[in-house]
Formats: sequence, structure tokens, C-alpha cells
Amino acid sequence: MLSVERVDFSYGPVRALREVSLSVGAGEIVALLGANGAGKTTLLSVISGLNQPRRGAVRLEGKTLNGQKPSALVRAGLVQVPEGRQVFGPLSVEENLQLGAYCRRGRQQRQEVARDFERVYDLFPPLAKRRRQAAGTLSGGEQQMVAMGRALMAAPRVLLLDEPSLGLAPLVTREILDIVRRLPGQGCSVLLVEQNAMGALSVAQRGYVLTNGSIRFSGTATEILNDRLLREAFLGPEHQADPRDGQP
Amino acid sequence: MSGWEQLSQYIMSGLTTGSIYALAALGFCLIYNATHIVNFAQGDFISLGGLMMYTLLGAAGLPALVALPLAVAVVAGLGVVLEAAAVGRARSREITVLIFITVAASLLFRGVFKEVWGKQALAVPPLSPDVPLKLLGATFTPQNLWILGITLAAIVVLIYFFNHTLTGRAMRAVAINPKAAALMGIDTRRMVRLSFALAGALGALAGAIITPITTASYNVGVLMGLKGFAAAVLGGYGNFLGAIVGGLSLGLLESLGAGALSSTYKDVIAFVVLLLVLFVRPRGLLGGGEETRV
Ligand SMILES: Nc1ncnc2c1ncn2[C@@H]1O[C@H](COP(=O)(O)OP(=O)(O)O)[C@@H](O)[C@H]1O
Ligand SMILES: [Mg+2]
Repeated sequence: MLSVERVDFSYGPVRALREVSLSVGAGEIVALLGANGAGKTTLLSVISGLNQPRRGAVRLEGKTLNGQKPSALVRAGLVQVPEGRQVFGPLSVEENLQLGAYCRRGRQQRQEVARDFERVYDLFPPLAKRRRQAAGTLSGGEQQMVAMGRALMAAPRVLLLDEPSLGLAPLVTREILDIVRRLPGQGCSVLLVEQNAMGALSVAQRGYVLTNGSIRFSGTATEILNDRLLREAFLGPEHQADPRDGQP
Repeated sequence: MSGWEQLSQYIMSGLTTGSIYALAALGFCLIYNATHIVNFAQGDFISLGGLMMYTLLGAAGLPALVALPLAVAVVAGLGVVLEAAAVGRARSREITVLIFITVAASLLFRGVFKEVWGKQALAVPPLSPDVPLKLLGATFTPQNLWILGITLAAIVVLIYFFNHTLTGRAMRAVAINPKAAALMGIDTRRMVRLSFALAGALGALAGAIITPITTASYNVGVLMGLKGFAAAVLGGYGNFLGAIVGGLSLGLLESLGAGALSSTYKDVIAFVVLLLVLFVRPRGLLGGGEETRV
């Protein structure tokens, strides 16, 4: 589905990504883990065309995407939910969702868009009750739902989710992740960027660990969870004292 | 003339100039919301609107119904050119550099207008024949009614556009959060260009309807543009409703101030009140634009 091949990126002299390769298959949820500043957001910006890579390629179903405008990528089915939600605060929930479908204005798409409105409201019931409310007045969890719903209105085949659990209470995070788990069943693969490794690996099949701009480890969710060194080094010390941990 | 009659006369003339300030202020807001720059060529859009009407109505002899949309289209086109050839092309994204580009464009436009139309004042025929009308003691012409009506119509169209069309909402989205808008596949550059076109159209409209009263000239819009800028600041820079309220208030203040004291101080009164309001409410009467309210 989506493949990133040996991508390099620099902010001026600062090297932010180094030969990063990863792939997301059809129907998969793939986690991209890493500490703050590891380069996760930068990688998503390269994938979704906001930044152009210095070297390497981004492909969707074999077609090279880099060099194209963000609007072309959205049409191709690659849609990003930005870090920090970034909803259009003064606009209503419904208007936010409608803007998500901005690239689907054709007459023949009108019915599909109408169906997707219902699909999004089914997926996020709290939004259905707040259609007319300004998105900026919603709670953090609800705003995350608006941001995800807005992206789903573009009918993505791969959804790029940047730290959806950031700043949310554990219960709300759970709710969001449970919805993420349902997306592959609706024809949408997910690249889930998280610092919250435990949460992300509970819904992902596979994962990559990014440190200082390069992929340090990749494997199945269980492999990452069971790698003690990896946990200590990259996923943060708080995971060392997990009671389910077997003694070495 | 009784005091009441005089008052209604001042209100009528205040609303007339206030409408022009409101249109100019809306132009400033449109471009500010899309780019965060102050477009110093807004006044030249007004001048060109008047000059085009002079040429199309007078020299070319076109009917007003054709001349007005044509003048608006030409100036909207000039707005697009300003964005496409200068503002959007600049290597720098520095706000001060971009503002300076609009200052330079304004000087250039004024030079060209002077070459083409000369320095003299040009009489522009009114949209319908001048017959004195009377209402509540105020004497006015049909042109006053055209000004109020066309301004009101422009405002209604803008409200509809921004609240009920996808393109209008996309423009607001770009103003609120350009990065998130780009991620939805909205072409932010196209929306910026569209706001220059709309600002040009509003300027043209203002120039086209006021010059039958003031006469047209290569720099007739400069002071009106400045007043429009003041009106936008007064209402809360970037706020559409503020631009309308600010424009009408400024027009009324000038006219009532001139009536109460002397017309010599007309411009001074308005600016003193502006300064006082900003002293008490630095963000203007209604606060700043949409993106600052998030
Ligand atoms: N616009 C930028 N300009 C310069 N450096 C940046 C910019 N954005 C991010 N960086 C740097 O790139 C590195 C990766 O940042 P980022 O991709 O945001 O990390 P993450 O999303 O994993 O927290 C950091 O060192 C950060 O300081
Ligand atoms: Mg990040």
C-alpha cells in the first residue's frame, strides 16, 4: 500500500531524517514510535507532501508521490491528521467535516460524501450531537474526533495519525484507539504515530521505532513489547517496571 | 433648516461615506486574513474603479449595467495580478517585505493611472439621473441610495459566500489554519489569490459608486483607502463585522463631527476618535479576526 524508501530530510543544516524506510500494507495498522524530537512529525510531513525529501521516495500502491501537491496526495487517498488536532475552531463540526471532503466536489461523488457523513457520525457518536457547535468549543477528545472525522471525509486509503492521544485522559485515549482499530475494516490502513507506545502497540500489528531520525527497530507489536533493551532505551523507563514483565 | 433636518442630513452623508469606508475596510480584512499583510494598494483599487467607470460610461458610452460589472472585473483582475506577479512571488515570506511590495505596487499603479487618465478631476455620470429626493428632512440624490443599496448587497453576498459555500468556507479555513487546510487538499495559494480578487472587486465597487459624487482622479482612492484602513482598525483588524461597523461609525463620526464643529476638522476628528477607541480597546470595537479568536 504505502511505502517509504530511504528518505532523507534536513531542516537547513539540521538532518532530521536519515534513510528512513517503512511500509504499511492494506488493512494494516502500523505504529511509528519514538521520543519527542525523534522526527515522527517530520516523516509524516514528507509523506503527505508538506515537505519534499532530499533523497528517497514515497509511494502509494507503487506510484511515486513525492513532488506532488498535498491536494494530489489527498485525491490519491493519503490523508494526514495533524499533531495537536488543528481543527478549524470557529467553524462548526459539520463545516469541518465538509472541508475534509473538499477534494470530492464532483457531482457523482455527492452521494458518497453524504454516506460518509453518516459513517463518520456513526464512528464518532459524540460528534453527531454537536454538528452545529463550533469545533473550538469541544473537549480535547471530541476535537480529536473532529480531526479524524475530517480526514476520513476525504475517503483515505491510508490515514496518517500524528499522536492522537496527546494530552488526552487514559479513558478518552482508549476510546480513540478503539475507533482506530475499526478503520482497516472500512478499507483504511493506518500509520499511527505515538509516543504512547503501549497504547499504540495495543492496536497495531507491527511497529517501527524511530530515534534521532532513523529507524532503530522494526517488528511485530509483540516483538517490540518483549524487547527489554528496546523498552529501556526507546520507549522510556516507565515501562521497565511493568508487572507482566517476565524476569530475565 | 431645523436641527432635526440637519441631523438627518448629516446621518445620510455619514452613511454614504461610511459605506465606502466599510467596503474598503472589508478589502483590507480579506487580504489580511489570507496573508497577514496590510495591502497598501487597496486605495488604488478604489481609484481604478472610479477611473474605469469614467472611461466605460463616459468615453465608451456603455450602459451602467454593463460598465459596473466590467469595472469590478478589471480591478479584481488587477488584484490577482498583484498577488501572482508580486506578493506571491517574493522570495521572502517576511510580512514587512510583503507589505513593502504593496506600497511599491501602489506607487506604480498611481503612476500608471496618472499617465493614462492625467491629473485632472474627471466627472463620472451617476448610475441614474440626478433628481433631488427628500426623506425625514434630508436632501439627497438617487446616487446616495445606490451607494447604500450596493454596499448592502455586497455585504449580503459576502455573508452568503463565507457561510454557505464550500469555497467561502475553504477561504475561512485557510485564514484559520493554513497548514490544516493544505492537508485537506485545499490549494491555499489559490485561496490567497481569490482574496486579492475579492478585495479588488470591493475596491472597484467603492470607487465606482462614490466617484459620481466626488469625481474620479488618479489618486481619488488614496485617502478613502486610508480611512478604510482606519475603519478596519477601529472595528478590529481582520474582523468582517468589525469592518462594517468601523466603516459606518467612522463615516458618521466624520459627518457629525464636521457638523458640530467645522468641516475643516473633519479628518482630524475621525482620527482622534480612532486613537481614543484604540487607547481603551486596543483590539478594536469587535476584536481581531477569526484566526486570532481560536
Ligand atoms: N520547522 C522546523 N525547523 C527546524 N527544525 C525542526 C522543525 N520541525 C522540527 N524540527 C526538528 O526536527 C527534529 C524532529 O522533530 P519532529 O519531527 O517534530 O519530532 P517528533 O514529531 O518525533 O517529536 C527535532 O529535532 C526538531 O527540533
Ligand atoms: Mg511530533
